[in-house]
Amino acid sequence: MKRALIPLVIFLIVMGFLFKGLFLNPREVPSPLVGKPTPQFNLPRLDNPEKEFSPKEMLGKVWLFNVWASWCPACRDEHPILVELSETGFVPIVGMDYKDTRQEALQWLQNGGNPYTVTAVDADGRVGIDYGVYGVPETYVIDKAGVIAYKQIGPVTYESLRDKIIPLIKRLQAQ
Amino acid sequence: MKLRFTFQLIAALLLLQSLNSYAREAQPLETNAAVEVQVQRLSEELRCLVCQNQTLADSHAGLAEDLKQEIRAMATKGMTDQAIIDYLVARYGDFVRYKPPLNPLTAILWIGPFGLLLAGGIGLFIMLRGRQKMAVNLPLSAEEASKVSELLNKES
Repeated sequence: MKRALIPLVIFLIVMGFLFKGLFLNPREVPSPLVGKPTPQFNLPRLDNPEKEFSPKEMLGKVWLFNVWASWCPACRDEHPILVELSETGFVPIVGMDYKDTRQEALQWLQNGGNPYTVTAVDADGRVGIDYGVYGVPETYVIDKAGVIAYKQIGPVTYESLRDKIIPLIKRLQAQ
Repeated sequence: MKLRFTFQLIAALLLLQSLNSYAREAQPLETNAAVEVQVQRLSEELRCLVCQNQTLADSHAGLAEDLKQEIRAMATKGMTDQAIIDYLVARYGDFVRYKPPLNPLTAILWIGPFGLLLAGGIGLFIMLRGRQKMAVNLPLSAEEASKVSELLNKES
């Protein structure tokens, strides 16, 4: 009688794994960049293409690096949340406008508000490759020493802010 | 007669035209054949991260095109396959490779199937041993023995 239960037990174990699998997000590929220094770059700024932005300018601060584009539908979801976050003054948000046109990007910020202290323009996506960007939006939490502490793939949500990003920033700011 | 000749001429010209355009399309995009071979080989081994179940070679996603361009630039500089793969793994992780390397994280992937085969083999062996024990040799009764010899004799 006990032997007859073995297939049932195996079945339940397999079901357990499959059930867990339903709630995994295959798009969340762990980034090898977490724990590494931010890749350096010099990119023109969206507000003034004559000037350049480099991550070096942010050394000594904990900051968010948000990769976005006006053509990206999911960016529309996270944009108001970023605007709200920037209004609290809790953390500076640097944007990177990824493979976009200047005009549309400026229009986007005018319509939705501008949560970014500065936006760098990565027109051909080369810097995006250095940051391992494969799905916009992506958001990096970068510590005072310029090391990537966390990478969020997909839109920033209230949940991800509350559960992950804000506690992490608080911890990093206290360091 | 004259009309017919004109038609023939037009037909011939159209034919020539189509040959001409065909020849133009067949031109390779890049003149350096060795680089193209390397790009092709690498892009068949690397995953497009946007459409996860396609290789870079199969994918026409924007990022896949960019990465192929990047690989082409590196190949033109004379970088080896390994150096190019390392460059991409440093940015996108092992996930970018279709042939995952053997490391603690992927060990279950590599060893798992053999482990299952071994477990199945052991299970089968134990089961067959158990069955062998169940088959006990029963001696024939006198009545059965006489019946058997009777049947055997009948045959011959």
